Amino acid sequence: MNEGPILKVSHLKTYFGSKGGLFSKGKVVKAVNDVSFEILHNETFGLVGESGCGKSTLGRTIVKINEPTSGSIEFEGRDIVKMKGAELKAFRRDLQMIFQDPYASLNSRMTVGEIIREPMEIHGLYNSTKERDQKVSELLETVGLKPDHIRRYPHEFSGGQRQRICIARTLALNPKFIICDEPISALDVSIQAQIINLLQRIQKERQISYLFIAHDLGIVKHISHRIGVMYLGSLVEVGESNSLYREPMHPYTKALLSAIPIPDPRVERSKAAVEISGELPSPLDLPSGCAFRTRCPFASERCAKETPQLRQVGDRQVACFLYEK
Amino acid sequence: MNLKEYNKEMLTREMFQPLDKSEQNSEFIAMETKSFARDAWIRFKRNKLALLGLIFLGIVVVLAIFVPIFSPYTYEQMDMTALNANPSLAHPMGTDRFGRDILVRVMYGARISLSVGFSSAAISLCIGIMYGGIAGYVGGKTDMLMMRIVDIIYSIPSMLYVILVMLIFGSNIWSILIGICISSWIGMARLVRAQVMSLKEQEFALAAYVLGASTKRILFKHLIINCIGPIIVNLTLMVPSAIFTEAFLSFVGIGISAPAASWGTLANEARGLVETYPIQIIWPVAAICLTMLSLNFIGDGVGEALDPKKK
Repeated sequence: MNEGPILKVSHLKTYFGSKGGLFSKGKVVKAVNDVSFEILHNETFGLVGESGCGKSTLGRTIVKINEPTSGSIEFEGRDIVKMKGAELKAFRRDLQMIFQDPYASLNSRMTVGEIIREPMEIHGLYNSTKERDQKVSELLETVGLKPDHIRRYPHEFSGGQRQRICIARTLALNPKFIICDEPISALDVSIQAQIINLLQRIQKERQISYLFIAHDLGIVKHISHRIGVMYLGSLVEVGESNSLYREPMHPYTKALLSAIPIPDPRVERSKAAVEISGELPSPLDLPSGCAFRTRCPFASERCAKETPQLRQVGDRQVACFLYEK
Repeated sequence: MNLKEYNKEMLTREMFQPLDKSEQNSEFIAMETKSFARDAWIRFKRNKLALLGLIFLGIVVVLAIFVPIFSPYTYEQMDMTALNANPSLAHPMGTDRFGRDILVRVMYGARISLSVGFSSAAISLCIGIMYGGIAGYVGGKTDMLMMRIVDIIYSIPSMLYVILVMLIFGSNIWSILIGICISSWIGMARLVRAQVMSLKEQEFALAAYVLGASTKRILFKHLIINCIGPIIVNLTLMVPSAIFTEAFLSFVGIGISAPAASWGTLANEARGLVETYPIQIIWPVAAICLTMLSLNFIGDGVGEALDPKKK
């Protein structure tokens, strides 16, 4: 196994400009605001947070769908922010993405065979269509579909089957790293388990690293080795998944985890809930200092003046002044 | 009692049976596989009006090709013994006031009308797809500039272009074609641009981008192929509108000039005799009407057949 992280994101910022009108100044949405983290080889890094906190934007910035405003993304030691042309294309073979909506992420005019063969054609893998077709059949079997599905169209499949087609398509390039952008949130629960098991099996067989973006906390805990919690564009806590769930440190993580419903009314009633009040502030107009201070039950004056940075506290990193001396 | 205890008590081992091998075939899809074109054709055939339209258009095209070849008359040959003749075996549609065979003239007119219609649609299709596709996909300032150019072209009535081109190049089929094409691609370009703009944000296009597909590949293999439905519907409306423009110009006397005949010219010539020989005007007008109707039905049917989500 290689040493060092496979992906190293440092001080990444992705802002979206909203242009000023005739009478108003332009505003900036800070979708990803100074995020740094590392993902190791063969590791699953879970990313959780509520809707609109910038999880998906972070994932999309890493695969260069969105341009970062500043910061660096290093993949196996090479900065990919400035990559172009052939170098970028070569990098794409190693880093792939699975999208949220299996209904929207397959071209409905192409057959399953064409869809899975496409990445091989783009990158010139294998010599003949026959060889590629054979590879497509193998991939279909890997993801639990039948090789004779090759000539069918996506609309003939169910959501879970489509998501498996998507997985087969990304695997066609033999990537080292896959970003899973809420790959299961559009599927029903029994199918979610199938997809999760498939992703885990593939990881075991092919030594792939995942960045697993989701808002289902239970599943994230199940699949991830480490977890990062995002709030309004920033990471507030990063830690090993079991310890983070057992003992959350950041007030936001506590609130998030206490919101997981437990299927037992007695435990549910007796659990110590951390409640947060108020609404998510607009990312157009972030609060000064700590972004969470407007809803935090432990907020102090200092939180309004300074922005807490991620700091090593015990076995994890937390961005909160409560844990500073 | 927690969930575990509940499960232990209420769900006994006897309630479960191993799944039979034959029932494990859950990934099986019963429907027979069809290629895209075949599937579309099957759905097209279900639309009776569209099928009827296609058959009629097919007959017109075949007749337009073969009648002038095999007929004993040419479109300009006059028969002084049979002026304004009624339909008969020798002249199935009768003759006009110079004794020219109307059937041959209508079929010759079909050649002109259909070729103007189809070639202007084909040219508009190519220009419109390229222009709209690039504007929609690139976006930003390029799109802004390209669409303002389109607005400028669109701000002048299309009939004016045709008349201006005819003034320069004379009244023949080529100048009508060029005149129509100057402005007819604009609708297509706008349509393709709007479609591409909404499709390029969809996940299948992003997926192709992340896979490393080139702009050309994303644009043609993913985006434009997915707006083929609206494009074809637009196309089938463009053909009759071009035919109509040509017929109108010829009817008011600035289109194809005599002795050549398009449907508009024929209608114009028969107009003077409408009180004495009304049958002469019926043929070209019926040809125009039925062709337009067929094309509209076909457009409808194709649009429906090409959308795989409509079953």
